[in-house]
Amino acid sequence: MSEAGLPPLPDLEGDRGALARAVSRVEAGGDEARTLLDAAWKKTGRARRIGLTGPPGAGKSTLLATLVPLLRGEGKTVGVVAVDPSSPYTGGALLGDRHRMARSAADDGVFVRSVASRGAAGGLARAVPAVLDLLDAAGFDVLCVETVGVGQTEMDIAALADTVVVVLSPESGDGVQAMKAGLLEIADVLCVNKADRPDAATLASELEQMFDRGGERAWRPPVVCTEGRREVGPLREALEAHAAWLGQDDRLQERRRRGLEQRLQRLFVSRVADHLLERAGERLKAEAAEVAAGGISVETAAARLAKEFEA
Amino acid sequence: MSDPPIRILIAKPGLDGHDRGAKVVAQGLRDAGMEVIYTGLRQTAEQIVKAALEEDVDAVGLSLHSGAHMTFFPRIRELLDAAGLGHVLLTGGGIIPEEDKRELRRLGAGMLFGPGTPIASLVDYIRKEVARRRPARDAAGEPE
Repeated sequence: MSEAGLPPLPDLEGDRGALARAVSRVEAGGDEARTLLDAAWKKTGRARRIGLTGPPGAGKSTLLATLVPLLRGEGKTVGVVAVDPSSPYTGGALLGDRHRMARSAADDGVFVRSVASRGAAGGLARAVPAVLDLLDAAGFDVLCVETVGVGQTEMDIAALADTVVVVLSPESGDGVQAMKAGLLEIADVLCVNKADRPDAATLASELEQMFDRGGERAWRPPVVCTEGRREVGPLREALEAHAAWLGQDDRLQERRRRGLEQRLQRLFVSRVADHLLERAGERLKAEAAEVAAGGISVETAAARLAKEFEA
Repeated sequence: MSDPPIRILIAKPGLDGHDRGAKVVAQGLRDAGMEVIYTGLRQTAEQIVKAALEEDVDAVGLSLHSGAHMTFFPRIRELLDAAGLGHVLLTGGGIIPEEDKRELRRLGAGMLFGPGTPIASLVDYIRKEVARRRPARDAAGEPE
C-alpha cells in the first residue's frame, strides 16, 4: 500500500538484512536513498540519540563496549554507528571499532554498523545522520554514534545527537587542549576516561573549574570519571540526568528542531557546492593558472569566480 | 555515480591468536581502496555471520592457522547462505593443505591463499569476484 507512488519500504524492523542493505543504499546516496528516507522519515523520532566524540585513543569504543550491555540490561535495544576515516588517497578505510564490541557480538538486540567517512569534509560521513534515521525507523530504543572529533566534526555531532558526550583521557592533554578544540562548548556530558591513570583527577578538576568560570548555561555539563573497561556507571547516570532535563518543557523538541535546521543547511550547501564545482571546473583551472603565474592573488581569483557563478 | 567501495570483513574464527597475517591483509586491502571491517580474534561462526549481515559486506575473509579450517569454512558458508547472504564471497588464508582447499571450494568457499601471496593477487581476485556477485546482491536488495 504505497502512498504517493513510493515503493514499499523494506521491512526495517523485522529484517536485519534488509536494514543493512538499506543503510548501504543511503550511504550510496542518490534518488534511491531519498525514496527510502522519505518513507522512513515518519517513523523516526522515537530513539534516544547519544553522540560520543573526542580525540583518537580516548577510549570511545571501549566505553561503548561497556555501556551497551548496561543499556541492554535495562531491556533497551541499541543501534551503534561507528565512524572511521576514509583515506583521501585511496578511498579505503580500516574500520576497527567493531572488534571492541565483542561483548555484544552475538546479541540480537544490538546492531552495529561501521561507516567510513568517504571523503566528507570534517570527518563525519555525509550519510551518518540519514543512517541514524534508518535505525530510528527500525525501532531501536537507543542509538549511539561514535566519531573522532576534530574541527567541524563536533558541530555535526551536536546537530544529530540529543546528548553529546565528549570523551577525554589524561593522554589527550590538559584542559586547555579541550578548550582550544572547542570540545567544551558542545559537551552535554564530559567524560574523563581511563580514570585509573594518575593525571585523571587533575584533568577532571581542571574541567570542573572551566565550567564554573564559563558563566551561566541552562545545562551545566557534569564531569564524570570512567574506566571504559569496567566502570561506566557515572556516565550512565549523567546520560539519565541529561535525558530528564531534556524531557522538561520543550527542550528536546527545540534541540531536535535546531539540529534538523543545521542538517538541512549543511546538505543544501554541500549540494550547491558540488554543483558549482562541476560547472566551474575549467574556469577554476584557468584562474589557478593565472594565480600561479603571478597575475592576481588567490583571494581576488576566488572573488572573481564567485561573482561569475553567482547566478 | 561510481560504484561504492568494496566492503570486506576480516575475521579470525576460533582460538588461535596469530593475527599478524590478518592485519597485513586488512591493511593491504584498505590501501587498495576497500572498506575493511576488522573484527579481531576469537570470533565464533555466528558472530562473524551477524557482523557480515549488519555491515552488508561483499566478502568475508577468514584467517586460520589452527587447523580448524575444515570446520569453520563450511559452517560459515552454511550460516551465510541461511542468512540470505549467498552472494557474499567467502575467502581467506592461512595454513591450509592443497587437498583441503580443493574440498573447501567444493563446499562453497572461494579461493584460499597461503603465506607469501602478494596482496595484489588477493585484490585482483576479490575485485573480480565482487564485480560478478554484486548484481545478485542488488537483486536481493529489491523490496518484494
